[in-house]
Amino acid sequence: MTRFIEFALAGLAQGFVYALVALGFVIIYKATEVINFAQGGLLTLGVYLVYNFTSGQSVPFPLAVVMSMIVTAGVALLFERLVLRRMLGNPVFAQVMVTIGLLFILQNLVIAIWGAEPLNLGDPWGISTISIGEVIIEVRDLWTAALAIGVLVVFFLFFRFSKLGLAMRATAVDQEAALAQGMSSRQVYMAAWGIAGATAAIAGVGVAAGATGVSPSVEFVALLAFPAIILGGIDSPLGAVIGGLIIGVTQSLTAGYQNELFPWLWAGFDDVMPFIVMVLVLLVRPYGLFGTPEIKRV
Amino acid sequence: MNTSMTATNNAPGTDADVVLSAQGVEVVYRDVLLGLRGVSLEVKRGSIVAVLGSNGSGKTTLLRALTGLLDVHRGKVTKGSMQFEGQPLERRDPASIVRAGMAQVMEGRRIFPALTVDENLRTGAYTVRSKAQIRENYDRVLSLFPVLVDRRTSTAGYLSGGEQQMVAIGRALMSSPTLLLLDEPSLGLAPLIVEQIAGIVREVNAQGTSVVLVEQNATMALSLADHGYVLENGRVVKDGPGAELLADKDIQEFYLGVGDAGRKSFRDVKTYRRRKRWSS
Ligand SMILES: Nc1ncnc2c1ncn2[C@@H]1O[C@H](COP(=O)(O)OP(=O)(O)O)[C@@H](O)[C@H]1O
Ligand SMILES: [Mg+2]
Repeated sequence: MTRFIEFALAGLAQGFVYALVALGFVIIYKATEVINFAQGGLLTLGVYLVYNFTSGQSVPFPLAVVMSMIVTAGVALLFERLVLRRMLGNPVFAQVMVTIGLLFILQNLVIAIWGAEPLNLGDPWGISTISIGEVIIEVRDLWTAALAIGVLVVFFLFFRFSKLGLAMRATAVDQEAALAQGMSSRQVYMAAWGIAGATAAIAGVGVAAGATGVSPSVEFVALLAFPAIILGGIDSPLGAVIGGLIIGVTQSLTAGYQNELFPWLWAGFDDVMPFIVMVLVLLVRPYGLFGTPEIKRV
Repeated sequence: MNTSMTATNNAPGTDADVVLSAQGVEVVYRDVLLGLRGVSLEVKRGSIVAVLGSNGSGKTTLLRALTGLLDVHRGKVTKGSMQFEGQPLERRDPASIVRAGMAQVMEGRRIFPALTVDENLRTGAYTVRSKAQIRENYDRVLSLFPVLVDRRTSTAGYLSGGEQQMVAIGRALMSSPTLLLLDEPSLGLAPLIVEQIAGIVREVNAQGTSVVLVEQNATMALSLADHGYVLENGRVVKDGPGAELLADKDIQEFYLGVGDAGRKSFRDVKTYRRRKRWSS
């Protein structure tokens, strides 16, 4: 039981990271109907920026994270403004392809500047643990979860109470009706990309502060966030969070127990498990747990 | 009515008593489809203007042209000109038009179903900067629509059709417009509710807002209107004072002759020949 709780808690921490990445996908999808394949690239950029700011101890870690969020948001926003903006009215498919282009650019940029060798974030949260009864919890996981929860709370408050948040929700529901109220779709698109960039940077920190470290492969987290958004419902922020948590816990439990329960499974099966869960959920609920069935307006 | 206004500050040829005017507006969709073939109209300050016409005659297109929403439909104003409060309307974005004081209730209500009533109303005040002004508009809307008071936190999509129309009208009023455009507000509503909506339009107008009322329900629209236009095939085929149109033989036959059965039966009745007579 103790082990189960430990696995589950570690999974939850990881799940919050997925939730953040998934949220980035969902927010751009809701605003523009584009699935942003560059999310993983933004995440990688965010991680390396934090590394860059903190290495040599020039900037304290929290400040470095904030700076990275701002720069990554700026890059995402510029991409929307300079590239995607010109493609409005083109098929969504073409826009999605362009985001893949951005992914490649970011990957190469990061490797060109910082190299492909794994680096170290310098254990911002240490490797200490605390124990509650028998259960041992890594402090690092607590930080990851706390940071993610903080961002999620800010995010939901923003959506519920700010004017721009209202415009984003209204535009997602009915763009023309939102325009008729004097809302600006352009502003909404830019905000969506900016927010997705900032959350990607934070999520990246959550990944890199863990076992992965700083390496170009942190972007694979974005791939694992896919089952999270599909399973949560691609147009549902709440679904993104729940989906992320489910994926995180599934993965952690699979990794923890597969050796004793299913010794014939290959190592790394925990990365496959999320996709199996996704397929199972889709069989029962084709639009995900919280997604809305397609209502297309003409 | 404001008759004491001077016209000194206006551009030549404009009249301070005219809120909105359009001259020979032509609209083309997707570079090939004619939506309007030269429509001219004028809205006097403080008046209610009815725009009648059957399906596809160009009523919605006219409102889109006025409010800057043609882009979304890949439409363009290709000829003519439009002025609101003496300022040209061409090439302006929807936000600046709302800010200038023109708001619209779109065809089919188009409330945001996933948002609460309260949030829907707040979207209408998006261009209003002053918190106090928003508060004031909000209170005014709720006093116009007392049924919405208890529904403020309800998800708008779950309201009845009549209530949703009230949300749509309330939302438009949240920007305190000087000109309110309504696109078929009676569409799909029971006669009793239509009467209620008519009463609200009259009251909003009495409080000082000029109104353009697009309708297929000619009885309702003409009973309210100071002036009416009849659109057919993208052109104005007839216009005149509301009472005059209401008494007009053609209009009586065309719109009112089918009884009060409303829009559905109206659509079913084939009045093609009579329409032809008008257009020629
Ligand atoms: N989005 C659009 N794309 C192409 N043609 C359109 C579009 N909307 C309307 N039209 C055409 O413009 C004409 C006028 O339509 P509309 O303004 O909707 O009429 P009404 O509101 O009076 O029913 C019709 O011939 C219609 O087919
Ligand atoms: Mg119409």
